[in-house]
This record gives sequence, C-alpha cells and structure tokens, in this order.
Amino acid sequence: MENEKSGRRGDDGRLLPMVAPDVLAETLSSAMGTGAEFAEVFVEDRHSVSALFDDGRVEEITSGRDRGAGLRVVVGDTTGFAHTADLSPAGLRTAAEAAATAARGGGGDVHQVALDRPTGPFPDPVEIMPGEVPKAHKVSLLERADVAARESDAAVTQVTLRYADSNRRIQVANSEGLLTSDQQVRTMFSVSCVASGDMGMQTGRESIGHTVGFEVFDKVDVEDLARRAARRALLKLEAVPAPSGEMPVVVGPGGGGVLFHEACGHGLEADLIAKSASVFAGRCGEVVAAPIVTLVDDGTMPGEWGRYAIDDEGRPAQRNVLIDEGVLTDYMWDHLRARREGRVSSGNGRRQGYRHLPMVRMTNTYLGVGDADPDEIVADTEHGVYVAQLGGGQVNTATGDFVFGMTEAYMIEGGRLTSPIRDGNLIGNGPQTLLDIDAIAGDFAMGSPGTCGKDGQGVPVGDGTPTLRVTRLTVGGTAA
Amino acid sequence: MERRPEVSELLDLAEMVVSLASDREQLEVVVVHERETEARAYEGEVESLTVAESRGVGVRVVSGNRQGFAYTGTFDEDAVGEALAEARDNMSFATPDEHCGVAEPDGVDPVDLDLYRGSLCDHPTDAKVAMALELERLTRSADSRIKGVESADYSDSVSETAVATTTGILATSKETGSILSVYALAEEDGETQAGFGFSIGRELADLDTEKAAQDAATRATRMLGAVKPPSGRLTVVLDPWVSAQFLGIAGGTLSGEMVQKGRSLFADRLGDDVAAPELTLIDDPTDVCAITASATDGEGLATRRNVLIDGGRLDRFVHNSQTARRAGTVSTGSAVRSYSSTPGVGVRAVSVIPGMLNQDDLVAGIEDGVLVQGVSGLHSGVNPVSGDFSTGAEGLRIRGGELAEPVREFTIASTIQRMLLDLEAIGSDLQWLPMKAAGVTLVIGELTISGI
Repeated sequence: MENEKSGRRGDDGRLLPMVAPDVLAETLSSAMGTGAEFAEVFVEDRHSVSALFDDGRVEEITSGRDRGAGLRVVVGDTTGFAHTADLSPAGLRTAAEAAATAARGGGGDVHQVALDRPTGPFPDPVEIMPGEVPKAHKVSLLERADVAARESDAAVTQVTLRYADSNRRIQVANSEGLLTSDQQVRTMFSVSCVASGDMGMQTGRESIGHTVGFEVFDKVDVEDLARRAARRALLKLEAVPAPSGEMPVVVGPGGGGVLFHEACGHGLEADLIAKSASVFAGRCGEVVAAPIVTLVDDGTMPGEWGRYAIDDEGRPAQRNVLIDEGVLTDYMWDHLRARREGRVSSGNGRRQGYRHLPMVRMTNTYLGVGDADPDEIVADTEHGVYVAQLGGGQVNTATGDFVFGMTEAYMIEGGRLTSPIRDGNLIGNGPQTLLDIDAIAGDFAMGSPGTCGKDGQGVPVGDGTPTLRVTRLTVGGTAA
Repeated sequence: MERRPEVSELLDLAEMVVSLASDREQLEVVVVHERETEARAYEGEVESLTVAESRGVGVRVVSGNRQGFAYTGTFDEDAVGEALAEARDNMSFATPDEHCGVAEPDGVDPVDLDLYRGSLCDHPTDAKVAMALELERLTRSADSRIKGVESADYSDSVSETAVATTTGILATSKETGSILSVYALAEEDGETQAGFGFSIGRELADLDTEKAAQDAATRATRMLGAVKPPSGRLTVVLDPWVSAQFLGIAGGTLSGEMVQKGRSLFADRLGDDVAAPELTLIDDPTDVCAITASATDGEGLATRRNVLIDGGRLDRFVHNSQTARRAGTVSTGSAVRSYSSTPGVGVRAVSVIPGMLNQDDLVAGIEDGVLVQGVSGLHSGVNPVSGDFSTGAEGLRIRGGELAEPVREFTIASTIQRMLLDLEAIGSDLQWLPMKAAGVTLVIGELTISGI
C-alpha cells in the first residue's frame, strides 16, 4: 500500500502507468467512434491525509483516496464528458461510450488511435514522501505549534492547526497520440488563532504550502509560523475601524499577488476572452498597465503551490509573460481553446479532479520587481493604507470590478505606519488599477498558498509581489 | 451506463461495514451515490454535456473516546476495507475526548419529506439539453442590449444516502434537484455589464426558463451606465439574493461548535436581544420548499425545525451529537457533512418570518438609499469571528422612494452584530434560493458606503 503511494518507476525512470497504454488506446478508439475530432482519457489516483488540531487536542485525522478517470470527447463545438471510478478496460469503455454519446459522436465504427511513447517532463523529485512519514510525526508538528501560539500571549484564546499532504498521480492520453504522466506531491500547514480583548475577538492566520514532500519542514519552523499567526490576531485587538473611501494603498511584499490574480489574471483566461466576458478581450498588444508592470504566470516555479510538471491535459507547464512593461502580450490557454485558434496550449489546462472538465486556470502569478525602495514608498505616502496580508478576492471579469480582503493592515499617516485597522475588503476596477500602479520595489516574496475557485472547481495556486503602491483604491471600512 | 444502485443497497453496504466493528469500537458508515447531468449551451450549440455518476463511502471509528476517519470514492470492497483500516489507524493518534462518539437513536422520527421525483430520471438527456439551449436563446432575445451569454447551464442531481451505526441508526434519504442558471452580458456604448438568473426545483416541470432568462437580462441591463457612488452612510435594501447570503453567515455563527470553541460572536448571549424585534430566524431542514431540505442529518438523526432567534432574542444554538453531549443537551439534528468529512455542525435551511410589504413598497418608503442586488468578496471581507462585515456591492440608488441610477464599484460595511440590530424591515417576498438560506428583502437602517 505504501509502495503504491510513492509510485513505482520503470527502467526508463518514468512512473509505471496506472492504466496500461494499450487499454488507453482502446478506450480512445471507442471514444472517437465516427466523427469525433478529439478524445482524451485523464486518469487520477489521489491519496490525501489531513490532521486537524483544534481546541487544544488532536481532533481528527482523515485519510482519503480518490481514483478514477475522466473521458472527454469533442465533436464540433460540443464536448461530451463522463467519468468513472472503475479503471478496468470495461469500466473505461463504458465511460468512453457515455462521453461519445454525450458529444453525439457515438456509435458506428471504431476509430483506431495509436499512442506515442510516453513524453513530457519527469515529475518533481520528492525527498521524503509524506505517505512514508509516521502520522505521529505529523501530529507532533501540530502539538508544538499549538504550544507556541498559546504561549505567545494569554490573550490567545483559541488555536486551530491543520496539516495536510496529498499525492496525486495523473496519466493523460489523447487521440493526438499523447501519452504522459506526472506525480504531484503537496504538503501544507496552517495556523489560525483567535485572540480576545475588551473590544471582542480577532483572528490571525498563517499558512505555508509547497509542491514538495515532508522535507518542507526542514526549512519551515512551524512554531515560528504559529507565533506569527498569534501576533496578527493580537495586533488587531488594538485595531481601529478601517477607513472608508478612495486613497493610496501600499501592499507589502508577498501580500499583493491576490490583487493581480483578481484585477487581471482571471480576465486573461482564454475561455472568458473567447466569450467576450472579459474587459481584456481584444486588447493584446495594447498598453493595459503602467510601464513598470510586468506580470507573469509561471507553472514551472520549483516547489511553489501552483507548480506542476504537466497540466491536466498533459501539456508541460510554462512560464508565460502576460503583461510586459505595461503591454498585454498574451492570454492563458488550455488545449481546447488553443486548438480552435490553431496554436498550442500555454500549459494552463487544469481541473480539480477526474470528475471535472479541464479549463483555463492560473498557476503561480507574480509581479516582476521594480527599483523603488519599500521604505521610501511608505514615506512618500501622506495618507493611505498599508496592507501587510491579503485574504482572498473575487472579480467580475465582465466589468473588471474586483475586491480583495485585508487581514493585516495599517493606516499610513504622514509617511509612517500608525494604527492597525480591522478586516475589510478593498474594491477597484482591474484595468484602472493596473494603470494606477506608480511604485514597485525590489523586495519580492511569494504569498500564502491559495485555492482558486472558478465555475465550482478549486485548484491550488500561488502568487507573489514585491511592495507596490496603487495611487487610488476604495477601502471598504466604516470610519469616515 | 451502469445500473443505478437502489438506496437499500447503499444501506446494505453501510451495514456490512458496520458489522465489521470489534466489541470495543463504534462505527458510523455513510454511503453516498449521486448521478448528475450538466449541459452548457453557447451560441445555439451544446458547449459541453456531462453525464456522470459518483460514489463515496466515509467510515468513522470511535473507541476509547478517540475518533478516526477515512473515505474512498468507490464502493469497491477492497477500497472500503482499506478506508476502515485507515480510520482505525488514524484514531490511534487522536486525543481522547469524553464527548466523542457516534449518534445514539433519540426517538425522534424523521418527517416524511417528498424530495424525490422519479420523473427527473425518466426524462431523456435530450430534454435537459434542450432546456439549456432554450435558456440561452431566451436570454439573448430578452433585450436588444444582451450581446452575449457567458454561460447558460442546466444541471441536475439524483442522490441517495445511507447512514448506519453500531448504535442502531439506519437512515436513508433520496432526493432530486435541478437548476437552470445563466449569466447574461449586456452591452451599450462600449460598456459591458453582467447579470445572472436562475430557477430551481426538484424536476424539470418546476423550472421556469423564461423567468431565469428575464431576471438575468434585467439584472445585466439595469446596471448599464453604472457609476461609482460617493462615500457616506445610507439606508441599504438587500435584495433576496444578497440577504440569503447574509442570513446564511449569521446562522453560521450560531453553531454549537463555534460557541464551544470560543469562536462565536454570540457565545454568551443566549436569552439576550441580539437583533431587531422584527427578526425571527429559523433553521428548518424539514421545509420541503428549501432545496437543501433533508429528513435526516449527517449522523442519521431526524432533522427538525429550530428557532434560532425569536423576535430578536437569541433562543438556541444548533448541535450535532458530540457538541450536544459537551453542552449537556440533545442534538438539534444539525450534523452537516459529505462522505469525505466527519460530521460538523451547521445550519442547513435558514429562513425568517416574512413581513407584510413587498420590495416595491419597502423602497417607496425610503427617501435616500441604495438597493444592493449583488455582493462580492464575502469570503474575504466578512470575519464571522470578529463580526467585521465588508463586501463589494452593485445595485441601484433609491431616491424619493424610487429606484434611480445604477451604482457599482463600492463596498457596504458594518458588523454582523450591528446589522442584525439595525434591521428596519423584512419584506414579504421570501424565496428559496440555491443555497442554505432563503432570501427576502431586508432594509438595514444604516450602512457605510465606500465609493469615491
């Protein structure tokens, strides 16, 4: 069982297939039937373990296993999709026929599909497979972090910690002959603290997540992480209500990735572009941002949360420059959209699991560094808000209006950080905000691991920024 | 496709696993089977059609006051056996808690709810696809300014669940649900606005394609020309779609688990006036009008009608069997879960006792205000522990008792505590939405608007 989790390898160094290539070829042949233009089998086997420490005790450890295949058949503009947990030749054939019927390509002859030899990059090396680490070690991390958070101050009244790892093996084959596979290992740890004071309760959160194994804890000190989460909550006990209205906003290093993810990232996804559901449709080659802005989506960043060797359509991950010195260079593409435009995918076709259709998704989205000094950016701001940690966000891609939450922020008064302020959302308009960025520093950092939701599917994403300033955003607080 | 298992077969599987319990352990097994159809239309064609079937088994083991859990996404016997072994192994690392345990039968019989429509399964897929196509066509033709449709979807699910425990619980449920949803794009003078519409029910005949299309078109077109409003404090009218999200969050703070773990705003407030006297907040999963209705909860106990806030006074927190034992009370039938998680505690079908006036009448009484038709960033700007509430918003200004110009790119902010107390009126337009709460027009006395 444990060996199974690490993934055995063949003589060529590749993972042994979950489903034999000849079975995949047969499945694709029956999926193609007559008239189909494209068929794909996506096989997934995912093991996960999560441990929850709450209220001073190990509340539960959960193990999960999901294994199955998603079958996609394209006829004309129609995609038919079916999935199955039965990976036997018969189970796959049934699902292939269901997908073909859904796409109206079913029945008739069998269209023979021949698969190439396995291609694509090798999976990332993992030093310590989480599945091989005793659960007691995982639990002891939680216990240590709990003590550290609680000992940091008597006002810390509640601590929730979560450890989670997953080992996801995927195999992709399609009617163009592609045959490839990957093993994606993720390890994460999060701390949420509640602090109580005269003015009520406040919360603080910290999390780390990487596409590596248990060796991540050689570098990450969970006690330090816990103390930082506690500090955030304690700090906010003294927080004043957030201001209300338009003002300059400085976002600290690592904190601002969500801003770009929402302000323009989603709007640069080719599926939304094709439907003119994005304010960025038809704007390639145009100036869309201040000239100091270079925005990149990069699925190849080693160890980052949105990293993978191949996407969920079997394309190798890529580094894609979306905005180059203010000019919109390209959108992000999945296989289907790219195929219709006669180009290749940018390696952004992702899905939550085998039960879902792939679509265009971001990976690790980051803003390139500038040459400003972070302290000077603050010193140069008379009255505004400094956001040290952002929560999630949301965007209406049709209008470009987006929000993002601030979970640690301060007033800037007379060029200095003053009072911490309470949680709230900021709102802006993507295209306007990109033009309103007037300073970027050189202190780049990646932010916390995130889960991006689109059309009901969640996928892991990363983001990062140096310190930056937007001359004008609306802060959604209650103070005049 | 494969033959669909009967719900009794799910129960058989659950009981089979339960029979593997050793003398000193309790077992709870939840078995879920779901069949889904999802059709998306685009420009008169079927963009995608998914016909899928999912299965899952969750196993919870309790022994020596510890619990462990594991799940698997198949009915395959080896995989279920592996889940049981994993759950036992996981249990050995948990900290003992005297309140741990699976639910005990409590003598409350589940209400006989009629949530299953065989007709949904009998309808051919073609009929469902046709509805998605019709939805897109109607939306595009609803108004000349509708220039695109981002998505026009039909989706349905037929789900069956069985829960069995070593304590003698044997519960099954079977339900169908279907929904039409559409995002329309309105365009004028180079500006685009989006609006959505939907219709929910348990079978095809419940769905109103025309209304979904018309709602989406109206919501999109009436936002054309929207400007950013000045900041200030205004009376705010929450549209049912928005109020349902707010009521769901408010209901979430009343979970017994949040209270016991020191994370509820209302922990020490039982019996206090926490809301305006107009507000009676109820969680009632036995209300068949709620799409989230269910006769049994995640532990297999009967669900029941729980009055949470009665005339403004905080009356009750909701519990599953574990939080109830800790609180020295009985479960309110409020265990919520999927097969891949242990039972949590939460509200399932929140609503309020409606008032006498419809939205138009309520708006007519407001001199200067804003009708909020959509909010964004509820997950990022609302902190259910501190109560801070700040969301992005769009809607229409209210001037002299009438709806006026559209406004967007602003936020509304307050705290959950204040909003409940500042509630001025409740509309008569209570409607169940595709979420865990019903919506109704709510008038909130004063909220901070942040704009220019």
